[in-house]
Amino acid sequence: MKEQLKQIEEAAREQLAAVADLKALDELRVKFLGKKGELTGILKQMGKLSAEERPAMGQLANQVRSSLESMLADKTQALQSAAQNARLAAETLDITMPGKAPRTGRLHPLQIVENEVKEIFLGMGFSVADGPEVEYDYYNFEALNLPPDHPARDTQDTFYITDNILLRTQTSSVQVHVMETQKPPIRVISPGRVYRSDAVDATHSPLFHQIEGLVIDKGITMADLKGTLELLMQRLYGDDCKIRLRPHHFPFTEPSAEVDVMCFQCMGKGCRMCKNEGYIELLGAGMVHPWVLENSGIDSSVYSGFAFGLGLERIVMRRYNISDMRLLFENDTRFLEQFR
Amino acid sequence: MNLSLRWLADYVKLDVTPKEFCAAMTLSGSKVEAFEEEKTKLDGFVVGKILSKKVHENADALFVCSVDMGGEAPVQIVTNAKNVQEGDLVPVATPGTTVHEGNESMTIKVAKVRGVESCGMFCGLETLGLTQNDFPYADPKSVFVLQEDCKPGQDVASALGVDDVSVEFEITSNRPDCLSVIGLAREASATFNVPLNVPAPQYHGSDEDITKTLSVEIQNREKCTRYVAGLVRNVKIAPSPRWMRERLRASGVRPINNLVDITNYVMLEYGQPMHAFDLRFVKDGRICVRNARSGEKITTLDGIERELSEEMLVIADTEKPIAVAGVMGGEYSGIMDDTVDVVFESAYFEPVQVRRTAKKLGMRTDASARYEKGLDETSMPVTLARALQLVEQLGAGEPVGTTIDCNYAKPQKPAIPFDAAWINAFLGTDIPEADMIKYLESLAIKVENGQCISPSFRIDLLRPADIAEEVARIYGYNNIPSTVIRGVAKAQLTPEQKFNRTIEQTMAGLGFSGILTYSFISPKYFDKIGLPSDSALRRTTTITNPLGEDTSVMQTTTIPGMLEILANNYNKRNNAAWLFEIGKEYLPTAPDKLPDEPHRLTVGMYGDEADFFTLKGTLEALMKKLGVADVIYTRCDDNCPYDEKSAFHPGRSAVIYAGGQAVGIFGEIHPNVQKTYGIGVRTYVAKLDIPTLFAVSVDEITYKPLPKFPAMTRDIALVCDEAIAVGTLESAIAEAVGRYLEKVELFDVYRGEQIEKGRKSVAFNIVMRNYEETMTTEQADAAMKRVCKALSKLGAELREA
Repeated sequence: MKEQLKQIEEAAREQLAAVADLKALDELRVKFLGKKGELTGILKQMGKLSAEERPAMGQLANQVRSSLESMLADKTQALQSAAQNARLAAETLDITMPGKAPRTGRLHPLQIVENEVKEIFLGMGFSVADGPEVEYDYYNFEALNLPPDHPARDTQDTFYITDNILLRTQTSSVQVHVMETQKPPIRVISPGRVYRSDAVDATHSPLFHQIEGLVIDKGITMADLKGTLELLMQRLYGDDCKIRLRPHHFPFTEPSAEVDVMCFQCMGKGCRMCKNEGYIELLGAGMVHPWVLENSGIDSSVYSGFAFGLGLERIVMRRYNISDMRLLFENDTRFLEQFR
Repeated sequence: MNLSLRWLADYVKLDVTPKEFCAAMTLSGSKVEAFEEEKTKLDGFVVGKILSKKVHENADALFVCSVDMGGEAPVQIVTNAKNVQEGDLVPVATPGTTVHEGNESMTIKVAKVRGVESCGMFCGLETLGLTQNDFPYADPKSVFVLQEDCKPGQDVASALGVDDVSVEFEITSNRPDCLSVIGLAREASATFNVPLNVPAPQYHGSDEDITKTLSVEIQNREKCTRYVAGLVRNVKIAPSPRWMRERLRASGVRPINNLVDITNYVMLEYGQPMHAFDLRFVKDGRICVRNARSGEKITTLDGIERELSEEMLVIADTEKPIAVAGVMGGEYSGIMDDTVDVVFESAYFEPVQVRRTAKKLGMRTDASARYEKGLDETSMPVTLARALQLVEQLGAGEPVGTTIDCNYAKPQKPAIPFDAAWINAFLGTDIPEADMIKYLESLAIKVENGQCISPSFRIDLLRPADIAEEVARIYGYNNIPSTVIRGVAKAQLTPEQKFNRTIEQTMAGLGFSGILTYSFISPKYFDKIGLPSDSALRRTTTITNPLGEDTSVMQTTTIPGMLEILANNYNKRNNAAWLFEIGKEYLPTAPDKLPDEPHRLTVGMYGDEADFFTLKGTLEALMKKLGVADVIYTRCDDNCPYDEKSAFHPGRSAVIYAGGQAVGIFGEIHPNVQKTYGIGVRTYVAKLDIPTLFAVSVDEITYKPLPKFPAMTRDIALVCDEAIAVGTLESAIAEAVGRYLEKVELFDVYRGEQIEKGRKSVAFNIVMRNYEETMTTEQADAAMKRVCKALSKLGAELREA
């Protein structure tokens, strides 16, 4: 009997080694361990043994059973993992094939930069004001210290609807609306479309975008204006960006300045892009003219403020190296798809 | 304003390069656009002396000259010029020099001309970029034989005095005083902190009493506050001297003759326009400054007859207008070759008057551009004296020593308070008071007893802020520190602005690209989309002075603008476009009132993946994101509130209602409209009304507990007539299921085999759930029975599985 048990164990080991799939393995399990299996058959003969032989033989039989069970378990695991490996190998993909992307859209480059500027100012505590594009002469000119027949009106070729209504030539018109409806402290920007009767070419468009800024409070200084614009430019162009102020004249600010930003192509050394100036003109700014404050009901002996206006197209064209403004309004998908 | 640096040097001595000069002037407020060193235009041109001239051995029309170019040996030059002789000094373009004649340019080389070597070219005025106005003695059609004091080998630029530096300034409208050499000299003196030296003009003049010959009467003393007149006898019209011609040229003014040049010279020097009348044409010697009479006409110097109107100011004699005040002289009033006696005018005309007249007559002149900005009312006697001084200096005539001065100018403007502490507080600086006073005085602003007395030519200085600017610009804007604004301000986007931003982001996320189109369109666009002729959308906000018809009306619908862009993309063979724009419509209200400017979302698409339901799904996804619920779609039938329905395919378009209000229209573009735009594929457009969407949207989100009890799911397939809309079936199901309905969703529509023609099979997935307890099968079955009953009422039969 002892021999038989040993033989079964040997036979099982040999046959297991030859098994290649889980089905054959299950058949072996039945053959050796099943109710009608070989080991069960041997155990049924236990009763024939003497009482002395029975415990030792019983122990041996149990050893063989657990050895068989463990061999079967090992084999099962080996086969399962081989099967898994085979499946994984079979499922290998050519990972260089293109991905399946859902269709993606993007914003227009002007929207992208406008949003960026808005974010910068929201972070500095500015809110955003809107104003009408079709506007009364009063808001666009008169309340900004540009009475009828003021020579500075010549610099802004205006589209008129009636003698008294026009397409705003500058977002500065929103300044007056804001001052009429809000009490200081005021801290707003106002992005929007403006119109001038310039024929379309690579650098002109009858319609373009500006962002106006207005700050009014007690003790606002020209140094604050400079600091604010410096911060804006550094956020837009990097921390080493420098600005330069030049005296200028706008009827609605005093002092007035034109603001240049250091050419980011040559970092101020002078190159073709900045016409050897080292700086590029980017915006107009100044301290709000006391007449403008008073005209809008703000006491200029108590409050002071600054205002600025920047042209969005100019910033966008510089940023993306776009040389023809017409591209911005043609909306060719091959153009639009280049932006993120 | 073009400034001659040589002229500037008469008044202020500077020791800087042109580039340094330009940079410093720009930073102190006189913006330089560009500068030009005249001599660079004449690089390579050298004075040559003709030593001998022989006929060319192979060509009778050519000459071979031996020319002393200042070098050791003479050089040989072949020329066709007949007017040069031995001993003549001529400008020579040396080898390597590029010369321009007309539109052509060529580089001079050492070359054989008909077998004889030639080492340069003799030049005429044109080749040197000059005209006979610059050198009246030169023959403009041949080689320029120099009569200047110069020697062989000298560069032509210095020999001809074409070696000035001309600086182009952009002078802002508040600083008419800087439209002059002296004005800029004053700025330069303050900028570089060097003294300014402007001597008072002196002249001798005859003893004659001017009033015996001439009288001046100002009738309109509001519009002309000062009129100064002088008289010059026995003028000798001749070219002005070279120094004057050089300066005029560097200032961009063409020299004419001595008298005309003097008036221009004084205008450039002082900024005060001068006018010269021929005394013969001042009838009775009586000058009257008055308003034009109705119907009065004048032929101006440019030969054009102009009709005047009563609000215009003229200089008249006893009979007729002889000049339009401050704008232009009359044809017969100016200087002629046989002029004997000349009247000089230096006057102050009110700026708005001049501006309006010039604008109305359509002629802006150098003079009107200066008058309309406002001149110094005290400068008239000085400028007249300067003109008379120049007349004497040039020997151009005999000035009469007495002059006429009609002066109705008001006394000086009031002083401006000076408060150094306030200026520092305003600028955010810490400039010592003494420095401020020094800056101001360098600009001729006197500081006395806490007051600033600004000079008469500074018409722009009225308030303390103006004084602060003067201090700041001389101190240097870039020396002002940079500080951060103090205080806290509430800042966030308004709900409307956030709503727009969500639309923008969602549309981009859904695969659409943002575009920007013009706000103005052509009125023809309304026809292109087939808008009914009586549509209210044809009433537009119209530009009275548009660039062209294409951009002449403000859009009352955004749809044509989108179609234009789609068509452009199609024409460029872009095979698909998915676009959106948040723009405005400009809807007229009442006459003389502003239009409404509501925001619109316009969506446009064409290409393989574009179809009605993709667009509808996009809008559904967007509205879901925006919190717009209760959305209903109806056909664009007679009740459609949008006139633009004419642009859409009648069977493939819809009006969207949300919260009971129309919020938009969308669908496939009508084949006719597509054809009009030249788009060869099906095109889809939507227009949504953003303010209404915003009004019906719900911003708040309230959490709903997750279900604790399982749902019951039933699928149902039915067959019905094509005419029954899926939406109708859906609502019937929803109503029949009642309160436990969680979702009813279409999952299949089938037409074809096994289904009769004209009918369709529609399948829905229905999910029911009771949130309070587990729903029983019996309850679900009962609900489905109600569903079947409701559907069969509609004529839909349950389809056998």
